[in-house]
Amino acid sequence: MTAVFLGIPTAPRGVGHLRGEESFPDAARGALRNGQLRANLGHATSTIRGKRAHVVGELTDWAQLREAGRAIKAATMARLDEHLIALEEQVTARGGTVHWARDANEANEIVTRLVRATGTTEVVKVKSMATQEIGLNEALEAAGIAAHETDLAELIVQLGDDKPSHILVPAIHKNRAEIREIFLRTMPGVDPGLSDDPRKLAMAARAHLRERFLRARVAISGANFAVAETGTLAVVESEGNGRMCLTLPQTLITVMGIEKVVPTWRDLEVYLQLLPRSSTGERMNPYTSLWAGVTPGDGPQEFHLVLLDNGRTAVLADEVGREALHCIRCSACLNVCPVYERTGGHAYGSVYPGPIGAVLSPQLTGVEDNASLPYASSLCGACYDVCPVAIDIPSILVHLRGEHVEAQTRTTPEAAAFRALSRAMSSPRLWRLAQRAAGLGRFLARGKPTMPNALPFPASTWTRSRDLPTPPAETFTQAWAREHGG
Amino acid sequence: MTAREEVLGRIRRALGEDRAEVPEIARDYRLTDGRDPGDPALLDLLTDRLEDYKATVVRCAPADIGGAVTTALRTALGEHSPGDVVVAPGLPAEWRPDGAAEDDGRPAVALADHAATVTGVSVAVAETGTLILDGSPLCGRRALSLLPDCLVCVVEAAQVVGGVPEGLAKVDAVAPLTLISGPSATSDIELERVEGVHGPRTLIVVLVA
Repeated sequence: MTAVFLGIPTAPRGVGHLRGEESFPDAARGALRNGQLRANLGHATSTIRGKRAHVVGELTDWAQLREAGRAIKAATMARLDEHLIALEEQVTARGGTVHWARDANEANEIVTRLVRATGTTEVVKVKSMATQEIGLNEALEAAGIAAHETDLAELIVQLGDDKPSHILVPAIHKNRAEIREIFLRTMPGVDPGLSDDPRKLAMAARAHLRERFLRARVAISGANFAVAETGTLAVVESEGNGRMCLTLPQTLITVMGIEKVVPTWRDLEVYLQLLPRSSTGERMNPYTSLWAGVTPGDGPQEFHLVLLDNGRTAVLADEVGREALHCIRCSACLNVCPVYERTGGHAYGSVYPGPIGAVLSPQLTGVEDNASLPYASSLCGACYDVCPVAIDIPSILVHLRGEHVEAQTRTTPEAAAFRALSRAMSSPRLWRLAQRAAGLGRFLARGKPTMPNALPFPASTWTRSRDLPTPPAETFTQAWAREHGG
Repeated sequence: MTAREEVLGRIRRALGEDRAEVPEIARDYRLTDGRDPGDPALLDLLTDRLEDYKATVVRCAPADIGGAVTTALRTALGEHSPGDVVVAPGLPAEWRPDGAAEDDGRPAVALADHAATVTGVSVAVAETGTLILDGSPLCGRRALSLLPDCLVCVVEAAQVVGGVPEGLAKVDAVAPLTLISGPSATSDIELERVEGVHGPRTLIVVLVA
């Protein structure tokens, strides 16, 4: 069954950050020429890969946790409506207000309205993929509300007028010297002698944000998990900026994708083991905040939960692709991906880069709007191996490629080539002729093991970025006939 | 149609009419560590994990908690006035440093004026080096363990369990909970961990056994 057939809309165009301006290969070409970027990415991803492998290896029951993590998500999706209703009931019973948003536009309108009602014109934000996805900061800005990112990496991206390039560490494409330069340029009152020591840079961010935290009246967060049976929300973080936002302001607005719900409290015992070890390579992240509704005398006294669809139900309609909704945003698949490591996150054009982005973004938008992403992979399977909830990303990639090909209304050169190949391969006579013709390619190779890069079009579209081996002097069939006299 | 009805309707269409039974989740991962809370090996493991994340652990006997807290504060803050320290309202009198202020429900941001906080914990998880604070009078409200730059937590041996499932089973799911594993930290610059950002830069655990 498909979303189109069922009349379930995908994420709307013209709002948010799920679509790039150019295709993946075009965007990647620029990134691949950036040596500094590749050095930064190579350094950071190899550091985190080592740390993750070490702490995952410490747990003797990792395989069982991973299977439980997968099974809980699959069971959640199978009854998603019931769990969301239970969550709404619990949050409401504990003094929170639940809002439903069909898409990015509606979620942005709800949040803008809620902030306006408080009379403030600035908010502090905890790092959140959902609010990036819907372009909330831009929507607030258009309404005259300043949104201050408080996560260190998000702050670096915001101050540098840049785009995030990684789910966990959005500024992974910047090294310490570049970050120092951004701080010197954009932070009012920063010490001009600031060094590029990460500790000193973190202290500069602390000083920059401290006063903002203390005066903030409204905070906006995402959620890592929401427990249906208790109405408990969870935000997992490291720096304490999350705690500042979740604790100090009078009003808290949490924007959460509908797939983040888990049925029971016990389910957190699985994910709070899987997530930190897979994301930052820590046994546990420094801070996890859990709250249910409003607690008198402790934290925000007004709590709003916005449940966001924005294409998620369209993903749910695809029985194969649905598994992408299991993602807990750890980013382990980015850190092991040979494609991500070379191109970086910007080339994917969406806030969800890397292998998970290549399966999630095209499903949220409809594959026609992110048609190049299912091909942004070598299908090596490293992403599947490290995924803490065992999402079979390579299979979904292949499934989406199939969907993209099916959707073509005009004959593509590739389809024509494969049709010709199919005819040749179903006729022994044509096949022999084709092989003999291919053997003529040896003249172009002039004795080299690969064909020249500059073949005439359309062969050039293949050989520009790949080596085409020179055809052998003799095919297997010919060799067999010669040796065995067949 | 309201957004709620529409989103729920989309989910129902996506899942179809005939829904398969949802299988029971196999929880065959480690539910317990096999050691009783407070087992000396668990205390050693907790100490190791906390120190690995740059927390300071001091051990003391039950009769010496007050002295251990006072000494830890002097080491962390140097000479300081008694009012620099604020404690959770339910902290036992014998744990409190002389002259410390008590969190009396003043505006949360006023807690930023204090240099250090002393609280108890609800439970501690050895395997991950995690302290769980539950907003009870012993642990204090969430802002108390956040704003002062130095956090001292008193952990009693019987509160120390092995793994995450045991720890979460001991706390109230609807209480305002904070799981603390080491001082505030970031890995945002080149994915290298740096301790000390917005939360307390110093975490001292007084482990009572």
